[in-house]
Amino acid sequence: MDTSVKYVRGPTTHDRTFLEEVIAQTPVDDPRLAYCVQCGTCGGSCPSGADMDYSPRELFAMIDANMREEVLSSNTPWYCVSCYYCMVRCPQDVHITDVMYTLKRMAVREGFSHESNAKDAPDFSETFIDFVENYGRSFELGLATLYHLRHHPLNAVRMATGMGFDLFRKGRMNLLPTRIENIDQLKAILAEAKAIGGNGDANL
Amino acid sequence: MQTYSYYPGCALERNAAVYHDSLMAVAESLDLTFTEVADWNCCGATEYITIDLIPAYALVGRNLALAAEQNCNGRSLVAPCSACFLNLKKADHYLAQSPELNRKVNQALAAGGLHYEPGSVHVKHLLEIITEDVGFEKVARAVKRPLFGLKIAPYYGCLIVRPVFDGTFDDAEQPTSMDTLMRTIGAEVVDFPAKAQCCGGHMTQISEAVALHLIHQLLKNAVDHGADVIAAICPMCQLNLDAYQDAVNKHYGTNFHIPILYFTQLLGLAFGFGEATMGIGQELVDARPALANIQVKPLKPVKRKRPSKTELPMPPKLQEVRSCLKNE
Ligand code: SF4
Ligand code: SF4
Repeated sequence: MDTSVKYVRGPTTHDRTFLEEVIAQTPVDDPRLAYCVQCGTCGGSCPSGADMDYSPRELFAMIDANMREEVLSSNTPWYCVSCYYCMVRCPQDVHITDVMYTLKRMAVREGFSHESNAKDAPDFSETFIDFVENYGRSFELGLATLYHLRHHPLNAVRMATGMGFDLFRKGRMNLLPTRIENIDQLKAILAEAKAIGGNGDANL
Repeated sequence: MQTYSYYPGCALERNAAVYHDSLMAVAESLDLTFTEVADWNCCGATEYITIDLIPAYALVGRNLALAAEQNCNGRSLVAPCSACFLNLKKADHYLAQSPELNRKVNQALAAGGLHYEPGSVHVKHLLEIITEDVGFEKVARAVKRPLFGLKIAPYYGCLIVRPVFDGTFDDAEQPTSMDTLMRTIGAEVVDFPAKAQCCGGHMTQISEAVALHLIHQLLKNAVDHGADVIAAICPMCQLNLDAYQDAVNKHYGTNFHIPILYFTQLLGLAFGFGEATMGIGQELVDARPALANIQVKPLKPVKRKRPSKTELPMPPKLQEVRSCLKNE
């Protein structure tokens, strides 16, 4: 499909409009987001819509209007629980959930995420990733404790005494993470993947 | 005997170990063999993709590449966790659709001496395998102790029915495969409109109020429709509904104590395995009182009378309704 001119709208501060950028960084590169008809089905289907400062529909209108800063500092993507309801209902087949992930990545990269009121979410993801990168497996107890110690010391106490203790008592929590055998191979792959990047104007 | 490659995922190593154990027992009764993908790594859950794209796909790509490499004759790859299942399936699908993504991910994999050809591994969820590949008839034949009288709310959650990539195996919003499966093992399935709604995922860690709201809706919906137990197919769903039930009760002043069991545990009980073997008791909300509802004989089905054998069933005429009301 020739998409070169179809979705160029609004004033551009970069080489591309914000809309084009979002589209290019969302697999699979196709301009469906540009064909959003603002029907509102996504917002109406969204279980965490009430906590979002803009509904998904509003957010897409703002992307189209090149409101980069407002979009990237919004809490909307961070409250997306990846339920994919919007995606199966959208009449234009917009990859809404994937767009939300793209916006999260952009916000983290450009240092926006901490301004929204879901400010701890990126840290949760990063703590998770740390374990995966070093062990190849995720580690529930370590993850929850580390993360809570950083952000909600009271919750960390609760993890250790209440529910966390119950899970541990029932043998449902590890004290040590497992490490995969070929962790060096995984590290090499991830290092190369990071070097390649693909976050910029990637056309994925 | 059907053989599958098996990707357990991190949760089944510990928190959801009973899911793994019950699944292995059930597999034997159903003549299935699962060969674990050697040295698999975490799928990244919903976290890696939040921070970095190519590494997130390379992480899943390594699993796909290993599965393809260790796969002798085109076996499907089965994942029992919904998040793992979606990540594997989605990566395979997007790599096939985007040459650019495929090139970059394979460049990363090459640094570890691996390569993945999109489409070479067919990813399936466990529920799909049991309901479609095995089939209800074979399941019925394996039943030794039907779960008569046990009222089950089958909980599907999001990620195995949505998004729809290549025609999923069930409806995206009102799936029924697990309903039929639970009836096949003798249980009674309650109406559960919330069956494919979200459990809150990682929101329990990030914004507890959001998660509690979603968990509350699910528990309430199942209890309102008279369920004794909720059947789960994903470790995240099970953990959220089970471990946060207490928090929901405190937050909403409710008094829920509905056990959440993996559907494989329920299958296992029906196949004649003991409660201990099926790991009953590992859940935080004890399932034993609910399981005591299992009857030796089926409950009498409620029969609906058809008004006449010759006429089609139609709503009563207004006059009939009036005369009924008068008689009363
Ligand atoms: S459902 Fe689709 S078309 Fe409708 S507002 Fe949302 S993204 Fe746009
Ligand atoms: S996937 Fe995200 S944006 Fe879409 S309905 Fe679910 S929570 Fe809302």
